[in-house]
Amino acid sequence: MVNKRPCYCYLFPFGLGHSGVHNPLEAGQSPADLQQIGALAVNPLGDRIVDSFFPDGNHRVDFPGFVRVLAHFRPVDEEDPGMRDPKQPEPLNSRTNKLRFAFQLYDLDRDGKISRQEMLQVLRLMVGVQVTEEQLESIADRTVQEADEDGDGAVSFLEFTKSLEKMNIEQKMSIRVLK
Amino acid sequence: MFLLLPFDSLIVNLLGISLTVLFTLLLVFIIVPAIFGVSFGIRKLYMKTLLKIFAWATLRMERGAKEKNHQLYKPYTNGIIAKDPTSLEEEIKEIRRSGSSKALDNTPEFELSDIFYFCRKGMETIMDDEVTKRFSAEELESWNLLSRTNYNFQYISLRLTVLWGLGVLIRYCFLLPLRIALAFTGISLLVVGTTLVGYLPNGRFKEFLSKHVHLMCYRICVRALTAIITYHDRKNRPRNGGLCVANHTSPIDVIILASDGYYAMVGQVHGGLMGVIQRAMVKACPHVWFERSEVKDRHLVAKRLTEHVQDKSKLPILIFPEGTCINNTSVMMFKKGSFEIGATVYPVAIKYDPQFGDAFWNSSKYGMVTYLLRMMTSWAIVCSVWYLPPMTREKDEDAVQFANRVKSAIARQGGLVDLLWDGGLKREKVKDTFKEEQQKLYSKMIVGNHEDRSRS
Repeated sequence: MVNKRPCYCYLFPFGLGHSGVHNPLEAGQSPADLQQIGALAVNPLGDRIVDSFFPDGNHRVDFPGFVRVLAHFRPVDEEDPGMRDPKQPEPLNSRTNKLRFAFQLYDLDRDGKISRQEMLQVLRLMVGVQVTEEQLESIADRTVQEADEDGDGAVSFLEFTKSLEKMNIEQKMSIRVLK
Repeated sequence: MFLLLPFDSLIVNLLGISLTVLFTLLLVFIIVPAIFGVSFGIRKLYMKTLLKIFAWATLRMERGAKEKNHQLYKPYTNGIIAKDPTSLEEEIKEIRRSGSSKALDNTPEFELSDIFYFCRKGMETIMDDEVTKRFSAEELESWNLLSRTNYNFQYISLRLTVLWGLGVLIRYCFLLPLRIALAFTGISLLVVGTTLVGYLPNGRFKEFLSKHVHLMCYRICVRALTAIITYHDRKNRPRNGGLCVANHTSPIDVIILASDGYYAMVGQVHGGLMGVIQRAMVKACPHVWFERSEVKDRHLVAKRLTEHVQDKSKLPILIFPEGTCINNTSVMMFKKGSFEIGATVYPVAIKYDPQFGDAFWNSSKYGMVTYLLRMMTSWAIVCSVWYLPPMTREKDEDAVQFANRVKSAIARQGGLVDLLWDGGLKREKVKDTFKEEQQKLYSKMIVGNHEDRSRS
């Protein structure tokens, strides 16, 4: 697994954040360092994406952690899933793990469910002030209703996966690194 | 021991005399032509010789790499990931199309899959940041025998190392002292000359002398850096009452432009040596120097610049609207302040050739003195300057649009990438207006326009 992964060493953004650290690979990155990336700051979901690098409320991410997050976006290898050793843990860039990454962007409190309130908050991030509260609420209600199957008023990970089963996740959530 | 002494002192004496003679001759050969604006073409010959040596060095390295069967060049000049240049709308539509089997009409709605677009875009920018790339020095495709530009050229044979060592010797032991001596001469002549001219009564003679004193000293400084400059379209040079606008790569830009024309400088008052030079210069002819406190007051700055520009007897102002040094591969957003004044703008494009020495000043990495030392120990500074035809603001244009028009013209001429981003981004946080644009585009997709809403 390790030698198949392309080397992301040059990606670690140690040019940003003038912290003056000489070996940035040791000290790690903080949320503020990542937020300094200009084009990320104009992404409406920029804060959610930065958050995804710091699971469990940590305040720094080291290089292996950074690579683990980026590894979700590796294009899927075209190998027969039946050939894979079932005892080995699923690779980070599998369909399930990509979906789980997207799920976590919605699930603000990390409780495994997207409630109507969380859906509303993420929607508000994406549209800013352009949409009224009523419109947004009706959209959130509709979306949760459509996806919710067990009637608990929230979208669990399984329901999320089911509603996106036809989606070509492998292509849409992959970034190809040029050789 | 006693036998060595007279022998020793003879050698030392001879060495001392020959060095002094050499230095004086060189100074005379370089300063006198500078005063009269004449060139012997020595620098061009020097440049051609260097190019031949670099080509030979690259060949040797390619041969060495081939023998060891490795890749020599790192092909990451334009980004390391494959990006699709599609818009927000198109991408989200595509994502929705690939996810649902129902026919897609144009009714605005929200899908859970929309988040994939923002997610991927965000990750792409973390991997390959367009803006920060502009603030590190440009990478070369072949090695120029300076160890500071040796990023990935590892296959160096013995011959090449000897050549490099010779290069180090020449640059540090011969060129550097020569250049420092020239720079010292140039700056002291400037200070002394302008102070002397300042004692003359105001009039045409004073103007004439001050112009030529400035020009002479800038020319000496140009030779102090071994700058080989090619000027294009000199008929478009800025005139009195105009504003000269150029892209900014390093403080040397000022010397390069001012050695071919007469300009009034704009800037903040500094302390130390810079302060002395500034005070001396303003005695000979009017430059615009601002105190630290005045710089924040935009109206005051605009007023003083307007006053200067309206007085046709004063020289054209030289200004760099990017506000910061960029690495000369692109032009960043021009600040609109100088374009609101209403003067004729004379755009100038400056493009450096990084093969002989990288002129970009990375102010977060190097201080001014380190930077100047690096400049003086490079082979040479080679650049091209294009004088573009003058532009004025049109009636239906506002300052920002005018600034962008000028910026595009400069980028096009210099072969630089025309970027929307603000150079201040390397220090400050991004303005929210850019994020709002993205949010506006996305809202249209999920709720439609105002007209659609009122209808339903």
